[in-house]
Amino acid sequence: MSEQINFSQELNDYIAEWKDKPGNLIMILHKVQEEFGYVPRKAALKLTEMIDVTLAKIYGVITFYHYFKLEEPGKYQIQVCMGTACYLKGGQDIIDELETNFGIPVNGTSEDRKFSLEALRCVGCCGLAPVMIIDKQVYGKLTKEEIPGILKKYQ
Amino acid sequence: MTETMIKIKINETELEVPAGTSILDAAKQAGIKIPTLCYHEDLLPTASCGLCIVKIKGMNKKVRACATAAENGQEIITHDSELYNIRKIVLELILSNHPNECLTCQRNGNCELQTLAKEFGIREQVFKPQLKPKNIDKSTTSLILDRQKCISCGRCVQVCQNVQDVWALEFIGRGFNTNIAPAGDLELNESPCVKCGQCSAHCPVGAIVEKDEVDKVWEGLNDTTKHAVVQFAPAVRVAFGEGFKLESGEIVTNKIYSLLKKFGFKAVFDTNFSADLTIMEEGSEFVDKFLNNPASLPLITSCCPGWVDYLEKYYPCCIEHFSTAKSPQQMLSALAKTYYAEKNGIDPKDIFMVSVMPCTAKKYEISRDENMSASGIQDTDVVITTRELVRMTKSSGIIFDALPEGKADSILGEYTGAGTIFGVTGGVMEAAIRSAYYLITKEELSDINITPVRGLKGVKEAEIDIKGTKVRVAVAHGLSNVKKVMNKIKEAKAKGEETPWHFIEVMACVGGCVGGGGQPYGVTNTIRNKRTEGIYTDDKQSKARCSHHNPMVQKVYEEYLDHPNSHKAHDLLHTSYTHRPVYLK
Repeated sequence: MSEQINFSQELNDYIAEWKDKPGNLIMILHKVQEEFGYVPRKAALKLTEMIDVTLAKIYGVITFYHYFKLEEPGKYQIQVCMGTACYLKGGQDIIDELETNFGIPVNGTSEDRKFSLEALRCVGCCGLAPVMIIDKQVYGKLTKEEIPGILKKYQ
Repeated sequence: MTETMIKIKINETELEVPAGTSILDAAKQAGIKIPTLCYHEDLLPTASCGLCIVKIKGMNKKVRACATAAENGQEIITHDSELYNIRKIVLELILSNHPNECLTCQRNGNCELQTLAKEFGIREQVFKPQLKPKNIDKSTTSLILDRQKCISCGRCVQVCQNVQDVWALEFIGRGFNTNIAPAGDLELNESPCVKCGQCSAHCPVGAIVEKDEVDKVWEGLNDTTKHAVVQFAPAVRVAFGEGFKLESGEIVTNKIYSLLKKFGFKAVFDTNFSADLTIMEEGSEFVDKFLNNPASLPLITSCCPGWVDYLEKYYPCCIEHFSTAKSPQQMLSALAKTYYAEKNGIDPKDIFMVSVMPCTAKKYEISRDENMSASGIQDTDVVITTRELVRMTKSSGIIFDALPEGKADSILGEYTGAGTIFGVTGGVMEAAIRSAYYLITKEELSDINITPVRGLKGVKEAEIDIKGTKVRVAVAHGLSNVKKVMNKIKEAKAKGEETPWHFIEVMACVGGCVGGGGQPYGVTNTIRNKRTEGIYTDDKQSKARCSHHNPMVQKVYEEYLDHPNSHKAHDLLHTSYTHRPVYLK
């Protein structure tokens, strides 16, 4: 805790702009996550000093909303759709493959910090089911056999 | 302002209530009890448990009585077979997510959920149990937080955040995975928690309880190499009776003396004695500052360990204003292991000092720093709360009602009315004024009842005229109220202005120690008021009502301590404070 975390000028300006507005906490947390990819504990502590809010409140909000992350995500973000169509077409097999053969746990990060995995509800392209997304690149009609080849591209 | 009254009908009973009255309160006035679990009079209704649903004629939706204001002309039904069934299902659902371990639970026989399950005749687990293993937080020496037993009613969160403004507890996570916890995977001892125990006093089930140390007390009592002695706090005597179906506020001091003797304690002391001693030390400290160094004022009282912890965490800038006088508990224990030990030729190491307190933070206080070992070893060995003493008594075979009136042991057992009022908000201030007036003027106050500092108002202010000099005092209780006072001081200090008050009394819990986190369950303002009344009755009935009139306090000074704030008094009866981080990691 001794070391302070540095916020970019943009983030500081944003906090200053929202400081006294209603609903400021959610807006600011979004911006913090945008900057760091997650909400580091030190950032949360720094926020308690910058806006009049307790750490308990911040964590209450962060842990309530699925969107906010408390841990630094891996280099690449894998999202696997578990909407009805993808689920029926084998979405779970994709997840199992990533978990068991590549050590990437759902809602977690691989040990080498390269990949994070998240199961999503419908991403809106059911025709391509099952769907996996890595950093906004969509892989449709996927089979688990294709996974090793795809992951190799992200080294 | 005249209240607008509205007419309503509850289960065919017509009644008039002020506009804005909740259906729950209106029903109470009609002599009807609607079952509740999350609702508590001290807190805002959160409408989370769903047990208090009622029907309003002409409305399809059922509403929650705790969070719905009655409206003019409404016909409300609080009980019928449909509502009974719904409530029963709600209870069954709660039970599906609650361990079925009543027999080994600290709240056994005293649990609001258990009582409701009994009243609704629940005989089987209808819904498949959905229990997940959850961490038990045993990190503090005061409280145990067993999350599996939590029913997410939110009372602890509300009392911690809104009443105490401590924010140690929050709902972390959501849905089935919700945990009551400090922020960021911290344990309570790494969090802002001040151990006041209001969470435990408000929890309807056994999810947050005081750390039970009754066994340790029995062990010490049964250890033949030990000389076991005991003290109990002012607020214990007006609440302990509740454990034996006596009225709140009934004074049972003399029976407690007999009880503790029967337990086998070699000497029974009274914390009221050391409350008088605290006044001599703290009062003299105030008088000295007031006369010789007024710029160093305000002086802030320091008998409340929850408050000490809060100040060290949040107001390190005000440490210089904090009275260095220890709490009465610590003063008495220090004297027991020095003065009493020497006088009776006992090795302090052989003394086993037990303290009965209305407070969970007192369990923390005994080892908060090295000053709590003024005798060379830890001065207080074990602290048990009023609730623990009730349990201990019930298991001891002693019939409390049948006990004779006993006496405390001489010297460290004698007290004045000023000592006893330490148990209520405003009491320390009132006791201090009674003696400070004398110490400054060498004359007695004509009326020693300082009524402006009494009562449940969150922040009380008064101006005391000491022979033409005005002393401005403030009294705050409930840490959210304390914060208001402290922020004004901080502000004045930052601006280099004179602070608004000369002398400030703080107690962490609403009502003071009578409403402490270790007191018998079910506290409301009605009960706080009754206990408070008991305390003031005890004061009124006391032969002496000013600490400087306590002959035994004078004797201890003559024989041992010399005079208030002497070198020896400082060694034994005073302490120091440090800035502590709010979060340990």
